Amino acid sequence: MIHIKNVGMRFGRTVAVDDVSLDLESGDSLALWGVNGAGKTTLIRCLLGLLRFQGRIEVAGHDVRRHGKRARLQIGYVPQEIGFYDDLGVAEAVRFFARLKGLNGADAGEALSTVGLTGHERKRIRELSGGMKQRLALAIALLGDPSVLVLDEVTASLDAVGRGEFLALLVRLSGMGRTMLFASHRTEEVASLAKRIAVLEQGRLVRVVPCAEFVAQMAHKAVLHLTIASPVRRQAAETLKTEGFRPQFNGAGLLVPVTPEHKARPFRVLADARIAVDDFELVSLEHAAAHTTPIPSEEAYP
Amino acid sequence: MTSVPLPLTMIVSHDPPGAIRNIATIAHRELRDAVSSRWFILYTLAFAVLGLAVSLVSASVTGSTGISGFGRTSAGLVNIVLLVVPLMALTAGAASIASDRERGMLSYVFAQPVSRLEVLLGKYVGLGASLLACLCLGLGACALILVWKGVATRPASIVWLAGLSFALALGMLSLGMLISTLARKASVAVGTAIFVWLTLVFVSDLALMTGAVALRLRIEELLAFSLINPLQVFKMWSLHAADASLDVLGPAGLYASEEYGQRLHLIFGSLLLTWVVFPLAAAAAVLSRRSPL
Repeated sequence: MIHIKNVGMRFGRTVAVDDVSLDLESGDSLALWGVNGAGKTTLIRCLLGLLRFQGRIEVAGHDVRRHGKRARLQIGYVPQEIGFYDDLGVAEAVRFFARLKGLNGADAGEALSTVGLTGHERKRIRELSGGMKQRLALAIALLGDPSVLVLDEVTASLDAVGRGEFLALLVRLSGMGRTMLFASHRTEEVASLAKRIAVLEQGRLVRVVPCAEFVAQMAHKAVLHLTIASPVRRQAAETLKTEGFRPQFNGAGLLVPVTPEHKARPFRVLADARIAVDDFELVSLEHAAAHTTPIPSEEAYP
Repeated sequence: MTSVPLPLTMIVSHDPPGAIRNIATIAHRELRDAVSSRWFILYTLAFAVLGLAVSLVSASVTGSTGISGFGRTSAGLVNIVLLVVPLMALTAGAASIASDRERGMLSYVFAQPVSRLEVLLGKYVGLGASLLACLCLGLGACALILVWKGVATRPASIVWLAGLSFALALGMLSLGMLISTLARKASVAVGTAIFVWLTLVFVSDLALMTGAVALRLRIEELLAFSLINPLQVFKMWSLHAADASLDVLGPAGLYASEEYGQRLHLIFGSLLLTWVVFPLAAAAAVLSRRSPL
């Protein structure tokens, strides 16, 4: 259903996506996993034809570059946050996008009831909460029953309650034969929706693993947040890399994924290198993924 | 959350909507957006009020003195069009793409089964229709006043003026949309559009006068330089269409009349068409290559 072959994309000198190849069969559900800047959103934007890229992407047999309209007709897309025309009515917005999708006489009420927005048809979009706007975007994405659903960190801007409700809605919609590709750095989303996980690091596809295996790996990992003074922070990162760790920059320190039995080892490595650790804490993987800036380097981490 | 979607067909079987349909959908949306915006209402009111004022004043001065009375009114209306219409069209065009880009709407629309050219043309048609509505309201009100006051008018003259004003508006709209595709922020786009308007309305005349004296331009060079400015083209064409002598525009006008005669319609028409087509084509080229983000 989706064939991504040797796709590369640069922003100036920065490589955003580096030679990524992926295949999704009909009914597959693949999560793009990685820290901020890993290339998840950029890959999705390439798929939608929003960015110029090298390589080839096909959706349902249609080349995204040469037959963009036909390819996008197969896709329902929900972005992280949408900037609708605020003065537009909710039902009016549904009808506008239905016409763009070539649907005659689309029933806005039916589309809105699918996502639990019945009764909000006459509201202006500016009157909707963030969660409701995301539901509206999902209603629009589902217009015409597209064969592919593409979601780009759709719960990132929602609060905990909104996130839970939206995820429940997505779980209901998944498993109905629709192919799903989504970007996320939340394990509960991935565990609920994905069949496979594609792990991206600095634009490169590191591995594709079944969801169960990925979740099991995650359960056995922890992330150390080490507070280290800025003059030696880069040196600390390089030292940890040489010892097989995969540190990432985070604000005033480093995030270092560790296995439970090796939680103390980074401290020993840094002590041997005479680098002081000012403070530390264990953080969740989601926190780590959401608050990380990749260390610019020429190589992927070991 | 009461219902779930129907079982899916694995591939969406219908064809994507055609270009005309997509352009019409976007144009309809743009037209509705434009006519309900406070800027459109403000510009339309300003245009109508200034036009009515010119009509009333010239009607009271000339009384029912026939065509010459209308000619005076017409000259006043041309000057109001020169001032208001380019500003309106330039700013409307400049805000169109840039503001959508700024709020993330442009990339969302581009993610739908619609081409970038269709989006551009849809916006152009919608904004063009809103400008036409503004011109019809303003000039229509002026025509009614003139008829009411008994100033003899030729309907063809009003139609000509409206048509030429619309052609000028379309040219300026194209230029505004080109600015919009190049700017990252709506505020920058609108600021640039206002700067361009100031240049076309005020600075170019001053520059031309200064240049003519300093460089001792020959008369044909003076005419050629003045016709670079679409506002000058509109002014000359309006006077020419109203059978007024271009002498009032000075030696360049006199030269144009004597040298080209009736061929001036073709020359002016081609020049305004160029201002419509080229900036719009450039905007399409920029939009097709540039990221909508």
